[in-house]
Amino acid sequence: MTWTRRHLLTIEELSLSEIEQIHATAAAFKKILQRNVKKVPALRGKTIVNLFLEPSTRTRMAFDMAAKRLSADVIAFDAASSSTQKGETLRDTAQNIEALNADMIVIRHAAAGSPLYLSKILGIPVINAGDGAHEHPTQGLLDTFTMKEHLGSLKGRKVAILGDILFSRVARSNIHALTKMGARVTLVGPSTLVPHGFTDLGAEVSHDLKSALADADVVMLLRIQHERQGHRHFPSLGEYTSTFGLNKTRASWLSPKAIIMHPGPINRGVEIDSELADGPRSVILEQVTNGIAVRMAALYLCAGYQPETVISSTE
Amino acid sequence: MPSLWIKNARVIDPASRRDAKGDLFARDGLIVPSLSRAERKRARVIDARGLVAAPGLVDIHVHFREPGQTHKETIASGSRCAAAGGFTTVVCMPNTTPPADNAGTIQYILDAIRRDSLVKVLPTGCITIGMKGESLAPLGSLKRAGVVAITDDGDCVQSNELMRRAMEYATMFGLPVMDHCQDRSMTDGAVMNEGVMSIRLGLRGWPNAAEDLIVSRNVILSTYTGAHVHMQHISSALSVDILRQAKARGVRVTAEATPHHIALTDSALSTYDTSLKMNPPLRTEEDRRAIIAGLRDGTLDCISTDHAPHTDYEKDKEFDYAPNGILGLETALPVVLGVLVRENRFKLARVVDLMTRRPASILGLEAGTLAEGAAADICLFDPSESWTYETKAGHSKSGNSPWNGKKLQGRVKTTLVDGRVVFPMAAS
Repeated sequence: MTWTRRHLLTIEELSLSEIEQIHATAAAFKKILQRNVKKVPALRGKTIVNLFLEPSTRTRMAFDMAAKRLSADVIAFDAASSSTQKGETLRDTAQNIEALNADMIVIRHAAAGSPLYLSKILGIPVINAGDGAHEHPTQGLLDTFTMKEHLGSLKGRKVAILGDILFSRVARSNIHALTKMGARVTLVGPSTLVPHGFTDLGAEVSHDLKSALADADVVMLLRIQHERQGHRHFPSLGEYTSTFGLNKTRASWLSPKAIIMHPGPINRGVEIDSELADGPRSVILEQVTNGIAVRMAALYLCAGYQPETVISSTE
Repeated sequence: MPSLWIKNARVIDPASRRDAKGDLFARDGLIVPSLSRAERKRARVIDARGLVAAPGLVDIHVHFREPGQTHKETIASGSRCAAAGGFTTVVCMPNTTPPADNAGTIQYILDAIRRDSLVKVLPTGCITIGMKGESLAPLGSLKRAGVVAITDDGDCVQSNELMRRAMEYATMFGLPVMDHCQDRSMTDGAVMNEGVMSIRLGLRGWPNAAEDLIVSRNVILSTYTGAHVHMQHISSALSVDILRQAKARGVRVTAEATPHHIALTDSALSTYDTSLKMNPPLRTEEDRRAIIAGLRDGTLDCISTDHAPHTDYEKDKEFDYAPNGILGLETALPVVLGVLVRENRFKLARVVDLMTRRPASILGLEAGTLAEGAAADICLFDPSESWTYETKAGHSKSGNSPWNGKKLQGRVKTTLVDGRVVFPMAAS
């Protein structure tokens, strides 16, 4: 198996083999991250620009950390103080970054499709760190990586994704990753946020929480973004919580082995009770930790390395 | 001016039910049945063997951006696009800067047309002041200044009450009301059709229902007021159905379809190509089929391009941020021939009708026919010639076309206005 991609733009375009290559590479980096010396020299002398045009905490820090563990120099591009505020276009911003001899660009943007757009303009690898409601490929990869650690193969496993699916790039990337890996995906939530059209992506759509949770191996919660949806998609946070919030009673519908995931940031008491978020089934913080290894893998492979190089170094 | 003798053409003139091999003659810019022997000797002769001679095409929906947005297009450049596309009469939309909501701006536009245009350009005026949908524009003054219809194209009058009054008031002046049918409350932030593709791409969707609601509203208000309402660029299958029923009841409604809505669907959007972004958006195959069926049975009256130039640097953006609209005039005929004649077996004369007599009759324009006494506005085209469209070789100031670099079949060879050749253009 050979890695040939220069960009990581979507999971939709990845093959199962490519997903597995990233996972295998991430597993090797995870071992390295458990050593005393957590750094490898792979990207020494390379400069990675984190072009985050939308707020982010976890993803940005994880990419930052991942790049530093690979010995790359990291430049953070701060949208608030940059020339995008003065009306510079994305093309001009990106071309300037390339002209500064950056070797790779990680982009987070509110506009869907913008990483693809950049990849057509620039001669350097582009990594999508979330584009609008489209995709968040490294999140989908780290989520499935975490699931595999707990469940082994995902073939035939059932994953329930609960919450705001319509506006979620995390949901879309997970749907693509999970269906390619042979898992069954059920999307659950209010009909306004989980439209039937998602069945076209290979997922099932349900508005009945109990039946969706009953045989799930994983329940993944998504943040309810009430500020984004206004008051049209559901009446209130209170009504959401009373209908779809994951609490102790509802968690008892899950099989005892099922795990609880959340890409963060979590709204305690809204989509999930605190007790469950911090409880033994929760793998929420493992997701964060795995985010570094998975992003190291993404940067490493898109920089032109092969999975074997790092895997053999850890064997 | 020498007389004109077009020889050996296949003359198609739906208005006079003509579709036969033959010659066309013009004297003093008007079509005549024949020329005397002496006149023939001195006439300008065009050998049109293998070509179709049709009335100059008529497009009742173009954006020429003048005044105020002349970096995108001007009446000069837009009229050159029209000539190159075989169009001799076009109706330009009033969403200029400032909007054409007063007689002064119309006069400015008419002056520019007189000075710069190669073809016949007719202005429309706004329905509401500033196209804000709040208060009626001075329709009487606009009519006297020379508008052929009113529209807030690009925006849609949201208030039913205001639209009702606009219809009643415009009817007094014999002005058709053209409407861009979009319920804005349902399309906040929308950039493409709502459906499986918008879900896949994570883009905000513009549901068909937002068009269907306003089409229904307009049918109801036209029924109530008796006004002639023309629905612009219909894109939804259900809207076609609503119009079909309305027409069966004799409601005074007409409607148009664009070449892009009959040629393309939202499945083409997977590359986030902004030259496929327009409003209303490309819809599904089911909608596309319904629009073609509507053109076949007469529910939809004509083809209009919605020629909407935006510069490269305006379109070269994230999909969400790029403006709506694509070029249309230079590609309309080959695209429509491809979809309707070659793929859907429409008669060639039928397509000529959809692009000449019928759009002209919607607005009562003296255009779109080769009958005796009509202006010698003529489009000579080769229905089978293949060529590659390049926006760089075209005449627009902009390049936002999904057909850029694409092979097309059917090519305009010569366009005449009042018996004068306006395309190919003389080297300047």
